[in-house]
Amino acid sequence: MEPRLITLNINGRSHQVALKSNVTLLRALRDLGYTDVKNGCEKGDCGACAVLLNGRAVNSCLVLAWQADGAEIVTAAGLGTVDHPHPIQEALADSGGVQCGFCIPGIVIAAKALLDRNPHPTEEEIREAISGNLCRCTGYALIVEGIRRVAESRES
Amino acid sequence: MANFKVIGRPIRRFDALSKAVGATIYADDYKMPGMLHGKVLRSPYPSARIVRIDPRRARALPGVVCVLTAADIGYAKMVADIPGQTGQRERPQSETPVLAWDRVRYKGEAVALVAAETEEIAERALELIDVEYEPLPGVFDPLEAMKPGAPIVFEPDNIVARWRIRKGDIEAGFAAADLIIENTYRVPFVEHAYLEPEAGVAWVDERGVINIRVSTQVMEHFRTVARTLGIPQNRVRIQGAFAGGGFGGKEDITVEVFLALLALHTRRPVRLAYTREESILAHSKRHPFIMRYRIGVKRNGRITALQADLIADSGAYPYLSPYVSLYATVMATGPYRIDNVWVDTVAVATNNPFTSAFRGFGGPQPCFAYERQMDDIARALGMDPLEVRQINYLRTGDTTATGQVIQSAVLLEESARRALEALGERTPDHGPIQVGRGFASYFQSYGRLMWLHDTSQAWVGLELDGTVVIRCGAPDPGGGQLSSLCQIASEVLGVPLENVVAYTPDTALTPLAGTTTATRQLYMSGNAVLQAATSIRKTLLERASKYFEEDPDDLDLADGRVFIKRDPDRSMPLPDLVRICAAEGLPLAHLALFKAPFRDPIDPETGQGDVFPDFTFGAFAVEVAVDTETGQIEVLKSAACHDVGRAINPAAVIGQIQGGSHQGLGYALMENLIVENGEIRTPSLSEYLIPTSVDYPTTQVILLESGTGVGPFGAKGIGEPALTPVAPAVANAVVDAIGKPIRELPITPELVLRALGKR
Repeated sequence: MEPRLITLNINGRSHQVALKSNVTLLRALRDLGYTDVKNGCEKGDCGACAVLLNGRAVNSCLVLAWQADGAEIVTAAGLGTVDHPHPIQEALADSGGVQCGFCIPGIVIAAKALLDRNPHPTEEEIREAISGNLCRCTGYALIVEGIRRVAESRES
Repeated sequence: MANFKVIGRPIRRFDALSKAVGATIYADDYKMPGMLHGKVLRSPYPSARIVRIDPRRARALPGVVCVLTAADIGYAKMVADIPGQTGQRERPQSETPVLAWDRVRYKGEAVALVAAETEEIAERALELIDVEYEPLPGVFDPLEAMKPGAPIVFEPDNIVARWRIRKGDIEAGFAAADLIIENTYRVPFVEHAYLEPEAGVAWVDERGVINIRVSTQVMEHFRTVARTLGIPQNRVRIQGAFAGGGFGGKEDITVEVFLALLALHTRRPVRLAYTREESILAHSKRHPFIMRYRIGVKRNGRITALQADLIADSGAYPYLSPYVSLYATVMATGPYRIDNVWVDTVAVATNNPFTSAFRGFGGPQPCFAYERQMDDIARALGMDPLEVRQINYLRTGDTTATGQVIQSAVLLEESARRALEALGERTPDHGPIQVGRGFASYFQSYGRLMWLHDTSQAWVGLELDGTVVIRCGAPDPGGGQLSSLCQIASEVLGVPLENVVAYTPDTALTPLAGTTTATRQLYMSGNAVLQAATSIRKTLLERASKYFEEDPDDLDLADGRVFIKRDPDRSMPLPDLVRICAAEGLPLAHLALFKAPFRDPIDPETGQGDVFPDFTFGAFAVEVAVDTETGQIEVLKSAACHDVGRAINPAAVIGQIQGGSHQGLGYALMENLIVENGEIRTPSLSEYLIPTSVDYPTTQVILLESGTGVGPFGAKGIGEPALTPVAPAVANAVVDAIGKPIRELPITPELVLRALGKR
């Protein structure tokens, strides 16, 4: 299989890359330096590689790079930086929901997708929204708390 | 410093936001120019003779730079004893082959290494290494492995370690009992399932030093790498990245030696990152145990004798099994005062995946057994489960079964009561749904075995502008270890927290601080930072006392100023004081060495001696609903109450406890690494299930702060203890619900239905 030239629009930057058909979006993103997209299993089991693909949260290990040709991709690093964090990132840091942190970029993406479609979720809806993102450190409680605080601060 | 300014505040950890925005550079996020990609060829058999290894076809593949087999590395062996120890107590027989050459002892054992220009080429090269195996009979059950004539995993027999406790007169103890409760308990293999698989990058620098940037809990593995490769220890440098979880699985060497070999042989930077399947195949597991418990008790609830036979499956190599089985032995009695104790523990080699450190390190397995026993005793005597425990709980000043006097507070009763109270009103049964409640108490050591002569070093220094640098080689696998060190220095030096920086560990730059294992890092490195900062504080206050013409004891440091306590308006900005000290050549940096108490090993015949610096005590309580038709269990409420001594960062402590509780709930109800004939049948995260966000509700956390621990400001350790009491509490709750005994983990619907006689 020959490589094909595709366009990946990542965090507002356009990349032209020649990739073979079997390269996953996860691999493509990490090779381009978007290492905030974490590789936890490459089977869609853990959610650490979640990104927004045209606004929808997907596990980038389950998407082929070719399928993302021309699409808008947003990673956790595209939502905020240390100087200008996204409120979700700020809230997770403040709530104590970040321990080893390896799952957090994926959880930020899942939370962003949730709050975009449902700005005032219940705790149950928050838990449901991040149920595809495994975390082994926190027991999820302070992560859920962080996301809840974002939703709350938007209400006021 | 009775009124803390920074200690005890739920501060935001300095690493949290960087992780949340994806800016933290983990082990596999690091790239070097000209970097090669490494891969490991692993045995497909759990027990086999290697007839021949032929790497020629792989070497001929374009893009392959290096293929290494045992023959290419001098049949090197690696010492896999407890890492980072300086107590000169290394065990014989702790060596494992780096790469197998004559036989393989477990499925997944490393046989060859490849480095290639791309990962894809490296993967293809693995397929081109021709290895001819002759399968051999294996042994997959520790009971079978102890029988005469069983296949021998390694010479001379399959016994990896034996430990015993002999205290009092066990016969007399049972003779004095009105009732003897005897049962056998079984717990499974458990997988760490940290989110970040093992990874690292290595290169040889311009001095000829091998640099390894890696996800690890143990910086001191640089010594193991040097010894394995036969090079001086000062030629290996380890840089510890923020690790994506560890839980004991990154205590043993993972990728370090492989990376060093490939970097040395290619003289190019090499990356090695395990896939999830490889991670599950290649690293240690929690030990399955078979535990026979016999407890004699008086009608009034007083325990007269405890006998335990513990059998641990060590898997195919010893690794830390001798130590895990020792911990299990020491903690086998639970937190109870028992005059007559007889414990026999054996760790047995099999051709199963090797077992080693996992949060709790031999504590959680016996806790499951002794806390189930305590509920059985209560039931048999018609007593309340808390009442029967109260009668037997250890108290400060009591002696453990291994002869150690407990010095710190023992808040067992309070923690159990508080955890139970936190459950609130009892949920009523409805139809086939039976609701049950249970709790468990525990004791768990923090700090290492005292005959390892454990030390930690920390360097603390003030810059001329009054900011602080901490150099301390403490790996941070997620617990916030480094952030807590910043709080301690901030408190002692009166410097705002944001003006303190702690570097991530690097053997070239940070003094060695020992392993992030054994719930020791806050205790050991916290004390080292406290010592170093206190020394600088003394220098500052002595110099300031001359300036103010006041006694140093009448001065204090806070908010970046030195001031007179009774007249705080008379003050000086800290940077001014620092510059005065610097101009006069006064020391503004200090390297402290903190030593745990040093003791000799326990008596091998009786188990008597001082083993640990101290213990943490606490309880977990839970309410469950059991569907008696389907066997399904729902956790309705849970609460954890632990005496943490002093919560340096309450947010971090609560996070540790909630995380440990969740891992414990997984251990209780779902986690089971199924191994059949040496083969892992659950090699992915869709087959090996860990708790998700929708499985269990939030665990309520109640912190007790006795201030009596041996850590800084009276802190105790909580990393491992958080997990220990959870599974037995859940089991006790299920038993309370269904009225039938549960004696194994995990408590699946099938197990519940079997207990109910419905299967």
